[in-house]
Amino acid sequence: MTTSDVARQGDQNAQPLSLSGHVGFDSLPHQLVNKSTCQGFCFNILCIGETGIGKSTLMDTLFNTNFENFESSHFEPKVKLRAQTYDLQESNVRLKLTIVNTVGFGDQLNKDMSYQHVVDYIDTQFESYLQEELKIKRSLHNYHDSRIHACLYFIAPSGHSLKSLDLVTMKKLDSKVNIIPVIAKADTISKTELHKFKIKIMSELVSNGVQIYQFPTDDETVSKINTAMNGILPFAVVGSTEEVKIGNKMVKARQYPWGVVQVENENHCDFVKLREMLICVNMEDLREQTHTRHYELYRRCKLEEMGFTDTNPESKPVSLQETYEAKRQEFLGELQHREEEMRQMFVQRVKEKETELKEAERELQGKFEQLKRLHSEEKNKLDEKRRSLEDEMNTFSKKKAATELLQGQSFTANANLKKDKDRKNSGFM
Amino acid sequence: MTSNTRGKSRTPRSDDGGEGKEYVGFATLPNQVHRKSVKKGFDFTLMVAGESGLGKSTLVNSLFLTDLHKDRKLLTAEERISQTVEITKHTVDIEEKGVKLKLTIVDTPGFGDAVNNVDCWRPITDYIEQQFEQYFRDESGLNRKNIQDNRVHCCLYFIPPFGHGLRPVDVEFMKALQNKVNVVPLISKADCLTPNEIRRLKDRVRAEIDTYGIKAYQFPDCDSDEDEEAKQKDRELKESTPFAVIGSNMVVEARGQKVRGRLYPWGIVEVENPSHCDFVKLRTMLIRTHMHDLKDITCDCHYENYRAQCIHTMTSKMSADKRVESPVPIMPLSTPDVETEKLIKKKDAELRRMQEMLQKMQQQMQHEQNL
Repeated sequence: MTTSDVARQGDQNAQPLSLSGHVGFDSLPHQLVNKSTCQGFCFNILCIGETGIGKSTLMDTLFNTNFENFESSHFEPKVKLRAQTYDLQESNVRLKLTIVNTVGFGDQLNKDMSYQHVVDYIDTQFESYLQEELKIKRSLHNYHDSRIHACLYFIAPSGHSLKSLDLVTMKKLDSKVNIIPVIAKADTISKTELHKFKIKIMSELVSNGVQIYQFPTDDETVSKINTAMNGILPFAVVGSTEEVKIGNKMVKARQYPWGVVQVENENHCDFVKLREMLICVNMEDLREQTHTRHYELYRRCKLEEMGFTDTNPESKPVSLQETYEAKRQEFLGELQHREEEMRQMFVQRVKEKETELKEAERELQGKFEQLKRLHSEEKNKLDEKRRSLEDEMNTFSKKKAATELLQGQSFTANANLKKDKDRKNSGFM
Repeated sequence: MTSNTRGKSRTPRSDDGGEGKEYVGFATLPNQVHRKSVKKGFDFTLMVAGESGLGKSTLVNSLFLTDLHKDRKLLTAEERISQTVEITKHTVDIEEKGVKLKLTIVDTPGFGDAVNNVDCWRPITDYIEQQFEQYFRDESGLNRKNIQDNRVHCCLYFIPPFGHGLRPVDVEFMKALQNKVNVVPLISKADCLTPNEIRRLKDRVRAEIDTYGIKAYQFPDCDSDEDEEAKQKDRELKESTPFAVIGSNMVVEARGQKVRGRLYPWGIVEVENPSHCDFVKLRTMLIRTHMHDLKDITCDCHYENYRAQCIHTMTSKMSADKRVESPVPIMPLSTPDVETEKLIKKKDAELRRMQEMLQKMQQQMQHEQNL
């Protein structure tokens, strides 16, 4: 879309030429339409509003179906967003509709951070689209675009003015998404009160610089109706999925003891106007605005954050490639630097470990020597003792031999004596 | 009249219809009370609380059929981002059939309007306690002739009808105030709910009040000797709380009459039509039948609790400080002087001795049992 716009604006050199016959390129829009119809359309709506204000009911009423809804409790600790995707079809046009609802918005006692969750969600969708765009091998035509195209902000029908939370939230969101404020449960405000309420809301938005979505007035076919609708903002809506018999047909309505509020009666509420503006007339414009304005803003901010610029410090235009190369070099350089650092640290650590180990080795060695010394000392002592023991044994054995000898001698002496005695004795015989 | 009347019996008066019955005459007491109270006049303080834009001022105007808020300045959303709660008072004297009522409406602009509403009910509880303290001082003072009773008798709390039930701020507020004032929860702007939705929301709110243990104002049960119609009415009243109300400052023409109502392209909501909303029930309850009960509960229950708590904190502080000076003149009773302390100590010792003896005896008995 962007490239074709640029092409048309920049053609100073093309001369207008008149045709002498029918060429046939007037079928181009039809070709485009055929192609888009085959592809199918995609639309994402974000509904922000307090719990129970009627977001799901309004979506059901707008798209004439029954999306699976469940009542949320008032006691959620923080704001969450719940997205559900549906495939709808009307005649031969397929629509992939994603409805994102806030859960627990406005219920907490401290609502300082409530808007942050919504902003984060929207940024996440932009980010994933940006990532896809920056990929080397990308498939944008197949990509399921999850960026929020329209944001319906549900204002509680107090009849006085906006709530402080509404103001704070809308201010944070107006540069990120197309905001369409609606007054919910409008069957509680009478006509005169409604007129005053709408004026008050718009004046508060203007005085605080909140940029809500303006229906485009540059295309003559729709400019008249769009300008009129711009003056009726915010739309006062009533939603209902129940039907009541009026006359002889069944219409969507709410039955009260004092009357029946018909949803599609323009005298009762602005539901029909909302449906027309949101779906019938401006859906494509909403998608375009999201892509060309909000997404481009996000992309620019993000890339600038990353360090990319369109002009370098000498105010010469710098292409993305150069910046990218520069960035890459810088990154590689840093990587190398880091690697060096790591290597040095590694070497140092190794050295430290080595010295430690050497120390330990030395210590061990010392211990070993000491032990060895002790051992040899002991051994010496032991040897000494053995020697002394041996000496003792020797002396003892010598003594023993000597005594034995003595004994032997005395014995032989005795024996000799006895022999002598015997001889003597026998001699006597 | 009863058989207990003895002694001073008078001759029966012919216009009393009691032939031959003894007659004393104190049956006129209610009339005397009526006469005196009409002469004295009544006062009532009503507080309204809830987020802005829920129709509090309109409802008060509808209830008392006046316009109390002729020129008030509503803040813009920007101003309300970090607004604190204010307390404003409006006092009017109204009269009906000779009965004078001094009505004070206490408004709480800014409640729940800021982005950060933690503890936003603090100014409100402080105000209520201030009124109690003021009355406490006056009551304990020397000259009690002209005591002004500024205590809050009833607090109407407005619950928005746009949600599925109570929200955290509603629960916290009602719990903070349940012991200080009679809290009457109301479902405001009920013209945004169909009858089914109203019933569901009421059931939901009643269940949540039970779950969170909130003590809202309970209607007293009517006497058992009332007739069946009154009992039936009482039951209906109790079953339709919290009341779903609609208020209006404008008079419109409906069904040939001029009524207070709201004009829509699809019909006219009549404020006083019981099938449209519970406004009539609220008015009956608040003004016609239970106004005095609300005052009684405030005086007998909430104020007495406050007073007891106040005295208690004062005495505990007193014994901690050991000083005799007191802010309120009737305190001397609670400072124990030396004599009483001695007595107390003696008694304490005696008690302890007795306990010991008892223990000994018990032990002996057990011992004998075991033998």
